[in-house]
Amino acid sequence: MNPIPEQKIHDTLANANLQLAIYDATARLMHKRRTALDNPLAADFEAWREQANRIKRHTIENLDHYLEQLEQNLVHNGGKVIWARDATEAADFILKLAKDNNALRLVKSKSMTTEEIDLNERLEHHRLDVVETDLGEYILQLAHQRPYHIVAPALHMTRYQVADIFTERLGVAREVVIEKQTMIARAKLREKFLTADIGITGANFLIADSGAVVVVENEGNARLSSSAPRIQIAVAGLEKLIPRAQDLAIFLKILGRSATGQPLTVYTSFLAGPRRAGEIDGPEQFYLVLVDNGRTRVLADRDKRQALYCIRCGACLNHCPVYRKIGGHNYPWVYSGPIGAILSPLFHGVTEDPWLPSASSLCGACGEVCPVKIEIPKILLELRNDVVKAKQREGSGKLERWAFRIWAFFMRHPKLYEMAGMAAPAILPEASGGAWIQSVALPLRIGPLARWLSQRDLPPPAARSFRQQWRERRRQA
Amino acid sequence: MSRDHILHKVRTALGRSAGQAVEAPPTPWIKIPEVSMDARLEQFCKALEALNGKTLVAGSKEEARQYAGTLLQNRTAIASNAPFLAACGIHTIPGVLTGIIDRVALRDACAGCDVGITSADYALADTGTLVLLSSPEEARMISLLPPVHLAVVPRDRLLTGLDELLTVLPVPSQRSSSMVFITGPSRTADIEQILVRGVHGPGETHVVWV
Ligand code: SF4
Repeated sequence: MNPIPEQKIHDTLANANLQLAIYDATARLMHKRRTALDNPLAADFEAWREQANRIKRHTIENLDHYLEQLEQNLVHNGGKVIWARDATEAADFILKLAKDNNALRLVKSKSMTTEEIDLNERLEHHRLDVVETDLGEYILQLAHQRPYHIVAPALHMTRYQVADIFTERLGVAREVVIEKQTMIARAKLREKFLTADIGITGANFLIADSGAVVVVENEGNARLSSSAPRIQIAVAGLEKLIPRAQDLAIFLKILGRSATGQPLTVYTSFLAGPRRAGEIDGPEQFYLVLVDNGRTRVLADRDKRQALYCIRCGACLNHCPVYRKIGGHNYPWVYSGPIGAILSPLFHGVTEDPWLPSASSLCGACGEVCPVKIEIPKILLELRNDVVKAKQREGSGKLERWAFRIWAFFMRHPKLYEMAGMAAPAILPEASGGAWIQSVALPLRIGPLARWLSQRDLPPPAARSFRQQWRERRRQA
Repeated sequence: MSRDHILHKVRTALGRSAGQAVEAPPTPWIKIPEVSMDARLEQFCKALEALNGKTLVAGSKEEARQYAGTLLQNRTAIASNAPFLAACGIHTIPGVLTGIIDRVALRDACAGCDVGITSADYALADTGTLVLLSSPEEARMISLLPPVHLAVVPRDRLLTGLDELLTVLPVPSQRSSSMVFITGPSRTADIEQILVRGVHGPGETHVVWV
């Protein structure tokens, strides 16, 4: 059981530059989304969401059927499917493939699934040269950090930090102009693309009726990763399936708009197997690594399996007041924000990070913006419930249980409740000028409420309670 | 074997048995608007220009060739084997490389050229998107490696949007191993959300309608 990373969160909150960076970036992404949705082209957005939810539900409820269909069609297209139960199986396959083909250099485009299984570390451990090629991911790889955001991985970094990283890790002269930094990365990575033996991509969608992998991006690095080297590997979670190519029409429309406010991203690649006879370029070998790594566990939870509908657009992060304060590195796993607060406990069990489902104000913004209509707040509540149940099973929730029993007792006995309320002002000293209480009585500050009170104050108790006022009004009337 | 193990876990989780029939999925959401060709051209150009792409609606093949000729002055270029480019006379513009069919030779040639010239199999009016299928006529690298991409396309290939494309091509994998949608120049906003064009793909996109 991991405690809440209090110190790290305090550091994030105290870092004014970082706070501004997170706030600005998420505000901009929210604004772009809003602008795209106000465009007449998106007039059907609500209907698209509804349809996307229906399609995802249908696919997930019949996942075995679509997995088999995908495999059959992908093999028909000349590709191979590798089923990986966990991170080790996925990495072992890629290691063996690299060895069999004398491949030393791999280029990689952005993929949360490969982050999830620590693919880079595993491959680097075996002395393979694995290069992230998405600009943000490249910077993070040089800095040995994990993504701060599902869509904008280096959201927390300033150009000055990038300049330092480039100087230190690439040995180039210090450069703080963003355009020039981008061109430095382009030149370095271009050379890698042209000399790599294997390209690894993720997948935004797997299309069952076509045996295809769909990758969306803006930079062109996923196109290069999938088409320049002689071997292509796509790594994807089982849940990325949709039944038909025709379903892409709505999924592409909701994804681009929800993520970055684009009606379509710059590049969408629909990849179905290796180069065919007569085609001039494209990979000679094509593999799809289908990763379970906990997904079947989530699938077994009937009420919460809808978390697998997620298309990783990042909208729930941008709109989350908690993510916008604590940022992406204080969540325990690679997935941050509201969806991270759901996926982590679902994949790893609620007892791992029991505080996580409570890292939400339950304001509901995430559920409102989610393009596939995952009921995020509801799942968070259910997970809180699971946490309490798990604690009770372990017998560690005793204090809490007693607190609630006492509270319930008072609630059922209104006279006693009122007397207790009248005693409150004695413990909570009167605030100056009706403001919030600046100092709460000592016994409370060292008790179980201490942590809560370190960030907040209590409002002063009203001079006359609601019940008193109610009685007085009735009397007057 | 992991395959059977995973499929078994999936079925157990869902309470399904192997080979159990599946209800038909919800009908695809496809809505094709009525838009005249002139209106489509206008839509396409407006959408692409908003992304900093350049467009020209040419009155003739000759006009298209002239546009290409001006763009290629003092630049090296590689053109795809699309018959429409040949018909426009693009292949005979001085300095234009074409006809390479070896994968590695083509890649290296693309990496060394200033401009990549292709046609397009389709285009989408509402988003300003080019649709390219990999084939003996169109290679993947030409629209990707050179810093400038020029596409010369006959106007009858302009569809209203994604919905129409997926109606014309319901299973794209039957046609090609690769279909790519290109919507404007390559871009990134990974550092401080500042927009920079041409990060890995072309930073300049020109589309000439014939
Ligand atoms: S949960 Fe919904 S809003 Fe959040 S990333 Fe996934 S699809 Fe987007």
